[in-house]
Amino acid sequence: MSILQVLDLGLAILVLAVAGWTIAARELFASVVGYVAYGLLLSIVWIRLYAPDVALTEAAIGSGVTGVLLVTSGARLKRAGNVEAAEPSGPSQRFLAAALAVLVAAALATVILLLPEPPPTLAPEAGQQLAATGLANPVTAVLIAYRSFDTMLEKIVLVLAVVGVWSLAPDRVWGGAPAPLGRARPEGPLLFLDQALVPLGILVGIHIFWVGADEPGGAFQGGAILAAMWMIVMISRLTEPPRVGARWLRLALVAGPAVFLAVGLAGPGMGGSFFAYPAGFAKPIILFIEAFMVLSIAATLPMLVAGPPRRSPER
Amino acid sequence: MNVSSLAGLVGAALVGLGLYGLIVNPQPLRKILAFNLIGSGAFLVFGIVARRGAAAAFPFDPVPQAMVITGIVVAFAASALAVALILRLQEETGKVTLDPDVPSKPPVTGASNP
Repeated sequence: MSILQVLDLGLAILVLAVAGWTIAARELFASVVGYVAYGLLLSIVWIRLYAPDVALTEAAIGSGVTGVLLVTSGARLKRAGNVEAAEPSGPSQRFLAAALAVLVAAALATVILLLPEPPPTLAPEAGQQLAATGLANPVTAVLIAYRSFDTMLEKIVLVLAVVGVWSLAPDRVWGGAPAPLGRARPEGPLLFLDQALVPLGILVGIHIFWVGADEPGGAFQGGAILAAMWMIVMISRLTEPPRVGARWLRLALVAGPAVFLAVGLAGPGMGGSFFAYPAGFAKPIILFIEAFMVLSIAATLPMLVAGPPRRSPER
Repeated sequence: MNVSSLAGLVGAALVGLGLYGLIVNPQPLRKILAFNLIGSGAFLVFGIVARRGAAAAFPFDPVPQAMVITGIVVAFAASALAVALILRLQEETGKVTLDPDVPSKPPVTGASNP
C-alpha cells in the first residue's frame, strides 16, 4: 500500500465519520458545523477524482452557503421557540430505518463495483469540439456551450426558488425586506473580518469567474464567492437585506437567465440554430453570458438565505 | 481497490447514512441536512462515473462533472425553499415538527371565546 492509498483510505474514513456526526449530533448547531466540515472534506475527495471545478462548487455552495442557510434558519427557529420539541424515534423504528439504509447502501455499492467495462464516456467528443468554443476548460464548455440549454433552465430554477421563497411572505409585508441575517449590534471581530476578507473575496470571486474559461472555476463558483461576501457584510449588519420590491434587485436576479435566453434566441441569426454561437466568436459571447450569470448567482444565493420578506415596505 | 471505487463506496455509504438520518431524526432542519447528505452521496457516485470516463487526454469525463455542478446549485435552491417552508409552518402552527399527531400551540386566549 502506497502513502497515497493510505491517505485516501484515511480521507474516506474521515468523511464518513464526520457525516455520521452530522446525523448523530444532539444539537442542531453542532450538526451544522459538522456538515460544513464535511463539505470541505468532500471537496478534497473531488480533487482526488480530478474534479477541481466540482470541488470549488462543493466548498462554496454545498458547504459554505448551505451552512449559512442552516445556521441562520436554526437561529430563527430557536428565537421563535421549541426547536427540540419533536419526539425522537423509538428503537424499533431506528432498527428498521438502519436496515433499510444498509440495504440501499449495499445495493448502490454493488452497482458501483459492477459498473460496465469499458466505461462509457463523452470525453473524446467534448475534446474534439473544444477548439471551436475557444475555451480550454472542458467543464465550462459543457456548461455554457454543449449543454447551454440545461444551464439556462437551471438558472431559471434558481429564479423560481426565489419566487417560491418570497411567496411565503404574508400579504402585508409584500415588497418589504427580509429579516436581518445577523445580531442587533455589529461585533468587533466581524467588522475586522469584513475589512480584511471582503475586498479580497470580491477579487477572488471575479478572478475565479474570469479564469473559468481556461482553468478550474467559472460562473457558479465565482458567483457563489461574491454571494458569500455579500452575506458576510449582511451578517455583520453593515448593510441590510434589500427590499424584495427593489427594481435593481429584480433586474440582478433575472439578468443571467434573461441574457442567456436572449443569446440563445439570437442563435438562429448568428450561428444557424437555437443556442448556436457564431464560429470564431464563441468565447467572447460565452464570457458575456457568464458575467451576467455571476451577477445573478451573487444576488440569488443571499436572497435565498435571507428568506421571505418580513418587514413592511413603507419605511 | 483504486481511488474511484473507494470514492464510489463512500458515496453509497453516505446515501445510506443520509437515508437513516432522514427517517430517524424528527427535526425538519435535520431532515434537510440528511437529505443533503443523500444528495452529495449521489453526486459522488456520479463523480466516479466521470472519473472512469477518462479518455482523450482528459483525466475525467466533463459531462457528468458539469451535471454535478448544476446539481449542487439546484440542491441548494431546493434546501432554501424547504427551510422557508419550515419557518412558515412554524409561524402558522407554532410547532417545529412534521408529525401530524403533535398538537399545535393552543390559540391565543380571548380569540376563541365568543
